Amino acid sequence: MARITAGVTTSHVPAIGAAIDLEKTDTDYWAPLFAGYKWSKEWIEEEDPDVIVLVYNDHASAFSLEVIPTFAIGCADEFPIADEGFGPRPVPVVQGHPELACHLAQSLILDEFDMTVINQMGVDHGLTVPLSLLFGQPTAWPVRVVPIMVNVIQYPPPTGERCFKLGQAIRRAVESFDQNLNVQVWGTGGMSHQLQGARAGLINQPFDNAFLDNMSADVNALRKIPHIEYLREAGSEGIELVMWLIMRGALGEDVEELFRFYHVPASNTAVGHLVLRPLDARHAS
Amino acid sequence: MVENSEFDDIPGTTVFTAVRSHEGFHLNQFCMSLMKPENRLRFKDNERVYLDEWAMTEEQKQAVMRRDYNAMIALGGNIYFLAKIFSSDGISFQVAAASMTDMSNEEYAAMMLHGGRSPEGVRSIKDHR
Repeated sequence: MARITAGVTTSHVPAIGAAIDLEKTDTDYWAPLFAGYKWSKEWIEEEDPDVIVLVYNDHASAFSLEVIPTFAIGCADEFPIADEGFGPRPVPVVQGHPELACHLAQSLILDEFDMTVINQMGVDHGLTVPLSLLFGQPTAWPVRVVPIMVNVIQYPPPTGERCFKLGQAIRRAVESFDQNLNVQVWGTGGMSHQLQGARAGLINQPFDNAFLDNMSADVNALRKIPHIEYLREAGSEGIELVMWLIMRGALGEDVEELFRFYHVPASNTAVGHLVLRPLDARHAS
Repeated sequence: MVENSEFDDIPGTTVFTAVRSHEGFHLNQFCMSLMKPENRLRFKDNERVYLDEWAMTEEQKQAVMRRDYNAMIALGGNIYFLAKIFSSDGISFQVAAASMTDMSNEEYAAMMLHGGRSPEGVRSIKDHR
């Protein structure tokens, strides 16, 4: 049986990818950020997951405004790296896990979550920057990825509550897959940031730290946050945090925080990173 | 009718609703076309000619040529689509974001290094908080 052994959250700021690709990780500006991922890089090498169900949002790379799926799942064999306007990032092509992805798609739809199925898609910094942060610069990614794409660009995005419930359904679906797989779920994006208008540059450290606390202490409080509160408190792009709740829903009722990192700024954004362990999995594994 | 008036109560912020997506459709699709290197070359070679291939309004085209991101957003542009323009120009997200504020690039970068813009006073127009 496949099992979810851990959850990871991380911001996916494009400038972080550029810093890695241009070998600027040791500069005064970037060194403190990358130091914050050192523990997790060692941790994940030891965990050696088979598959990551990676929740992210496309940033006008694979999806134009022609079609705007709320939730979509990538079922392809592999996902090439998108050209976001400055050439594709020099990172390996992302290998999918079509058997698990197709099983998830079928299970989720029958479990009342109407996923859009993607059989061909390029992936942008939303998906590749988290992989780079945790795995560095390998010649091939040491893990397979099932991308779960969430619309957080055109309002309304799904609610936090809906995202949490999708996470719960992902857990049920993973646990009904009959291959013995070590699966992690990652929720990416956030934390507070605003990239547009006169209010650009907004950062709300108290909001972010309370969010980090409640990912393990009181997730029910996070599930109820309405869109308008994200907009006012965490900036117009802070709404990406609903994707963290998909990961959190997939971990079950109680979790243990293994690691936390918070850093301001990376470009325009507050960076948050958590490693969580579902408490029931700790005893099972 | 969906009530979106709360969205208009946040200073300096435009929420990208389905209505704005409709208004900005051709502007945003033009931006998306810049993901292809050959299109970036054609656009840079003659912006006006390239823009005239798109069913955009004259106002939208002028805003693109001025690189006025606030104007593009007011005309239905979405920042993630508009990012294709400043990426093609070789400009970072931080410099592009700074251009939308009343600050210089240096002032904006310094604000970010000191923890970013505080939400105090910019949460709500009507409640002055």
